[in-house]
Amino acid sequence: MSPKLPPQPHLQHSSTAVSDGQSQSHAAPPKGILRWLLTTNHKEIGSLYLIFSLTMFFVGGIFALVVRAELFQPGLQLVEPEFFNQMTTMHGLIMVFAAVMPAFTGLANWMIPLQIGAPDMALPRLNNFSFWLLPVAFALLLSTLFMPGGGPNFGWTFYAPLSTNYAPPSTSFFILALHMAGISSILGAINIIATILNMRAPGMRLMDMPLFVWTWLITAFLLIAVMPVLAAVITMMLMDINFGTSFFNAAGGGDPVLFQHLFWTFGHPEVYIMILPAFGIVSAIIPTFARKPLFGYASMVYATAAIAFLSFLVWAHHMFVVGMPLVAELFFMYTTMLIAVPTGVKVFNWVTTLFRGSISFESPMLFALAFVVLFTIGGFSGLMLAIAPADFQYHDTYFVVAHFHYVLVPGAIFAIMAGVYYWLPKWTGNYPNERLAQWHFWFSIIGVNLTFFPMHFAGLAGMPRRIPDYALQFADFNLLSSIGAFFFGASQLLFVLGIILCVRGGKKAPAKAWEGAEDLEWTVPSPAPLHTFETPPVFHRISH
Amino acid sequence: MRSAWRWLLVITLSASGSQANANDWNMPVGVTDVSADIFGLHMTIFWICVVIGLVVFGAMFYSLFRYRHSKGAKAANFHEHTSVEVLWTAIPVLILVGMAVPATATLKNMYDSSDAELDVMITGQQWRWRYEYLGEDVAFTSNMSTPRTQVSGAETRGEHYLLEVDEPLVLPINRKVRFLMTSDDVIHSWWVPDLAVKQDTIPGFINENWVTINEPGIYRGQCTELCGINHGFMPVVVHAMEEDEFDGWLAERKEAAAEEAMGVDREWAMEELVARGQEIYQSICSSCHQAEGQGSPPAFPALANNEQLISDVDWHLNKVINGVSGAAMPAFRSTLNPVEIAAVVTYTRNAWGNDTGDVVQPSEVAELIAQ
Repeated sequence: MSPKLPPQPHLQHSSTAVSDGQSQSHAAPPKGILRWLLTTNHKEIGSLYLIFSLTMFFVGGIFALVVRAELFQPGLQLVEPEFFNQMTTMHGLIMVFAAVMPAFTGLANWMIPLQIGAPDMALPRLNNFSFWLLPVAFALLLSTLFMPGGGPNFGWTFYAPLSTNYAPPSTSFFILALHMAGISSILGAINIIATILNMRAPGMRLMDMPLFVWTWLITAFLLIAVMPVLAAVITMMLMDINFGTSFFNAAGGGDPVLFQHLFWTFGHPEVYIMILPAFGIVSAIIPTFARKPLFGYASMVYATAAIAFLSFLVWAHHMFVVGMPLVAELFFMYTTMLIAVPTGVKVFNWVTTLFRGSISFESPMLFALAFVVLFTIGGFSGLMLAIAPADFQYHDTYFVVAHFHYVLVPGAIFAIMAGVYYWLPKWTGNYPNERLAQWHFWFSIIGVNLTFFPMHFAGLAGMPRRIPDYALQFADFNLLSSIGAFFFGASQLLFVLGIILCVRGGKKAPAKAWEGAEDLEWTVPSPAPLHTFETPPVFHRISH
Repeated sequence: MRSAWRWLLVITLSASGSQANANDWNMPVGVTDVSADIFGLHMTIFWICVVIGLVVFGAMFYSLFRYRHSKGAKAANFHEHTSVEVLWTAIPVLILVGMAVPATATLKNMYDSSDAELDVMITGQQWRWRYEYLGEDVAFTSNMSTPRTQVSGAETRGEHYLLEVDEPLVLPINRKVRFLMTSDDVIHSWWVPDLAVKQDTIPGFINENWVTINEPGIYRGQCTELCGINHGFMPVVVHAMEEDEFDGWLAERKEAAAEEAMGVDREWAMEELVARGQEIYQSICSSCHQAEGQGSPPAFPALANNEQLISDVDWHLNKVINGVSGAAMPAFRSTLNPVEIAAVVTYTRNAWGNDTGDVVQPSEVAELIAQ
């Protein structure tokens, strides 16, 4: 037994940014590209995630515009069906895995340590690795477009056997890319959980955490639960393609429907992975600009947890027409309808937060309010889709396309934009140009509704999704959608312009950039120095 | 209620100058009892959503207008109210239960395919449908008949552009018809909105669905599960007839099928086979191997000037009869009859500069299939 030694004195870190580029090093940070390749700082990695996500948002957006250009009028004008299928597939994959998910991870990197009073993420080197997997993964994925036979052409849901026995030769690279993106997500999720559970400021209980932290904590558990399922299903595909197994090949005793069960066991929680952090952002912004505490904090937390729990029990509502037994149809119809209850609670809480507030309409608030309205419309069409008999008519039509774009574009993406406008003063020290941001908002809201609202009608009238050409009665709706898509796409350039201008200068922001903002990030200077909360802050409980 | 919905949409759509009728922007009521039930569920849940939306958004926009900071509104500080929160959890549950009851009843009815008077096997293939009237010895494939010149825009598009086929599925009205649905290759989905039947066709599995059509007419739909390059060009057309008219049609088809079966034994002239083969090639083979046999490599090899094909007739027959495992080429042994296979192989061996002069007789094919 060794004698008990007195505690060693801790090395003091310098609090000036210049002398300490990496949290564990006293050497000057490497210059140029190496600084970004080697950084372990949560703010720098957060920025990397956000820049990557914004870039991929435009790449995925261009793919969508190819699709919309072809669908502008009936007939085949611009692309061949084969390339059209690659575009719809890549649009989905890029937007889900390379735009929306990394954007939320970027916001988590930046804001979770600031909101819980932690000096950095719990696992900084892992953090660096999680990020740098992504550019490699998606460079590989995009390169498949130039391979013989083309890139993935089987939809972002890649149903077997179209994605196995009938897939282009590049599919193995698609699988490898998805594996890397999945590992990145799992490592990111582990880091977030470790940070939230271990590094909160003294005195901050779980039920004191801002909603954005709460929703991310729950999201991270979802990621850890379902990303391995995705990894399993794509590995089984890899085996079917390259090693002669027959997991999904009926001719060899396999089951194509098994693929769908596994995919949606991942895929449905994945849908909530893309929306729960958005709930958190909106729950931060609405109280700030209503100058009133969030209504029903505790019920917000419970509702998020309930949605996450239910997300594991609803997957087969994506499969109402595959020929499941009646009892399974009924089970998944009931559980899916049940999700409307906690989701409704959230919407009611946001609206009640506004009631008797003192409301102003800065750009983050505009995006957050649009989120509440348009996400709810997406929720309504979701409720309609939950009615299994009616889903026999809705399934795989543009009604579904309208539904999930309403929850993802004015849902997830508007929330991300709201968060960016909300936190830009903290990141850069400058307010974004408000007039520009307001133009961006109004153009976006017109564009998004013009694009996606007509899709409800096209779907109800009978237009299937993923077709490169359509019958003449769908022409008007598609014309409107295509005009809306180009309008929406072009107006996103205002977003980029606003961010660039804000980084370069603008009206200086104080530490507390918004009058009604209450969380810990507003106690550090604007811009936030490279290292914050090296000494844990004193946490004062706001009574919830 | 119906008229209010139309009125709402007329406003929405007047901006686009649409001259369309109601079915062009809403779910069709359809021509079966099930489709009418589904339409009722659809409109009920739609109006429930509209009412909830009006209440929630009404409260929201009232608050946004009434409590503006710019008008000097002072914020209250309440942030909890247990009974209100319980209430707005409980009320949605009750609404959902109210919705689940009729939905469950409709679904149970949709799943009851017992006591059908006619069984039709529907098989999805890249990219056509095959219909087989079980026990009647009548079977045929149904291909899109819209010419490619209309797709490219070289020719004016017709009224039923992309929604027309060479041979529709013919069904009687007022009889319960059971569908048994499967696929030869990837997953497809057979959908006719007016019949409210949409069911995936899955290789290796047989799904069931059923329909009793109330009104004669021609009903159009499409494949709704992404199934490859020509997914958008795989229409479904159902021709619903009066019962006696249908019985006559079926008897006629049975006779024709019997006649065709006899043709297997006789000697066919090359011209006959080439003429027949060209039709079959254009309706079935050309979607992959292209109109002039040029193919689209690497997925779909060229047939014109294909060395292996020209030099080896047995190899050629084997590929058509048994397909190519692991690739897109299906086995045609059960979907084409021996006459058709002999015709299309003879045609392919003598078209586009493949001047082999070979004639394959139906009897040889029948023997190969029997082995």
